[in-house]
Amino acid sequence: MGRSARLPGFGLTMGVTVTWLSLIVLIPLAGLFAKSATIGIGQIYATLSDERVLSAFRVSFGAALVAALINAILGPIVAWTLVRYEFPGKRIVDGLVDVPFALPTAVAGITLTTLYAQNGWFGQILTPLGIEVAYTWKGIVAALVFIGLPFVVRTVQPVLEEIPSEVEEAAASMGATRLQTIRRVILPALYPAILTGFTLAFARAVGEYGSVVFIAGNMPLKTEILPLVIITKLEQYQYGEATAVASAMLLVSFAFLLLGNVMQGRLRRRKS
Amino acid sequence: MSQLRSKATRDPWWLKATALSITFLFLGLVVVVPIVSVFVNAFAKGFGAYWEAISHPDTLAALKMTLLAAACAVPLNAACGLAAAWLVTKFRFRGRDFLVSLIDVPFSVSPVISGLVFVLLFGAQGWFGPTLQEWGIRIIFTPVSIVLATVFVTFPFVTRELIPMMEEQGVQAEEAATMLGASGWNTFWRVTLPSIKWGLLYGLILSNARAMGEFGAVSVVSGHIRGETNTLPLHAEILYNEYDFTGAFAVASLLTLVAGATVVLKMWLERKVRK
Repeated sequence: MGRSARLPGFGLTMGVTVTWLSLIVLIPLAGLFAKSATIGIGQIYATLSDERVLSAFRVSFGAALVAALINAILGPIVAWTLVRYEFPGKRIVDGLVDVPFALPTAVAGITLTTLYAQNGWFGQILTPLGIEVAYTWKGIVAALVFIGLPFVVRTVQPVLEEIPSEVEEAAASMGATRLQTIRRVILPALYPAILTGFTLAFARAVGEYGSVVFIAGNMPLKTEILPLVIITKLEQYQYGEATAVASAMLLVSFAFLLLGNVMQGRLRRRKS
Repeated sequence: MSQLRSKATRDPWWLKATALSITFLFLGLVVVVPIVSVFVNAFAKGFGAYWEAISHPDTLAALKMTLLAAACAVPLNAACGLAAAWLVTKFRFRGRDFLVSLIDVPFSVSPVISGLVFVLLFGAQGWFGPTLQEWGIRIIFTPVSIVLATVFVTFPFVTRELIPMMEEQGVQAEEAATMLGASGWNTFWRVTLPSIKWGLLYGLILSNARAMGEFGAVSVVSGHIRGETNTLPLHAEILYNEYDFTGAFAVASLLTLVAGATVVLKMWLERKVRK
């Protein structure tokens, strides 16, 4: 589709957009990278090789990975139920999926912590069984599963809606059982969407702060997450160290996103 | 639709039962129980205590700050988002893809880093900090920084919603209007805006929810000064850390209501757009 130069407003909108983008996004981000450039390699290495920072990297990325995996397994089941079955209250259930997206993270944080604390509704059941969730890494995962829930469901749902029923009918007429059809025909068609949802949920979980900071317990070397390390360093006016951690975190996150895109490309190619 | 589907694509009863139970159990435990518990905790000491927490001057000040941040961020981002969407969808130019991916950046950055970038710019040891200090201007730990951080985190919402919509609509209608002699503004108000109003509203609602609920970015730049730079989410945190659970959940219940309204409006708009 050809875009025309006949419409007015190119100069005006270009001016507004570039100014706004520069003020709000470009200059602040450039400030971050400029700051990390002024810190010597030695100091960056010293900051990042600190045991406490390394542990926070493991906690943040590890918990995000586990939570995104849980969502990658349960999310498609929720999407399947919402697309394929009719049941009373379906629209409400559909709306519930969006709640983690709309609910402020701090609300999620204090609520989940209260629920999973020893005398909370979930804690009362789990603690006698010897399962401690609040103030452990399990609590971090619980919060991140909540936060990541909409991503996988909402990326899989439209793809599932688009799969033509002829495909399934063909598989069935060739003698496939329903389970075989789902496993061999439907699921492979969903893989790229599941992967996209997984990557989005993972990326969101790595940087998540509000919902995690209450339930994590924030024990150095055990349940301290990366965003909290950044905040702690800022509060001690160690701007350089905070910047080094933040830049490293951004780089690793972008690397994961890139990896996701590469895998996505592979899946697509195999399919076609 | 489902009645028309042939027997071959119908799921066996046990599969349906399993999928339904997993969905209900998962959403029930992860979403419904937490929402219910917000209100149970908020009203645990009766309506009197709830009202007292809500009408406390610190809570009202936090409410004001939250409304102010949203009232600045949402319209600003909407106006600039409209300009950006017009630019990106009506014209083809070099660096267009780069511009589009830049708009998305605030989504892929941790909220804490969103706050950090402003501390690095305007903080006491930041790039502009010392200069501003000479002029007697403070930004970090003032309402200005809260507005800035809120604008940053809500930056992409409106544009993101509008770009696919305006892309699909193409340029013919606008071209026809201008050829018939309508001015640029007239074309925008009479032709473009009516056709994107629901998408625009959708973006506004989502960015408002994020603006009112933002925690990490605002937490870094606010300094948590009661009655001055506290937003509702930050106030809930302070009360919670002081073991005032009724107060914390009373504040949380307000935010939960905003979230509920957001979800309902979002679903209503999605149906409208699909039609």
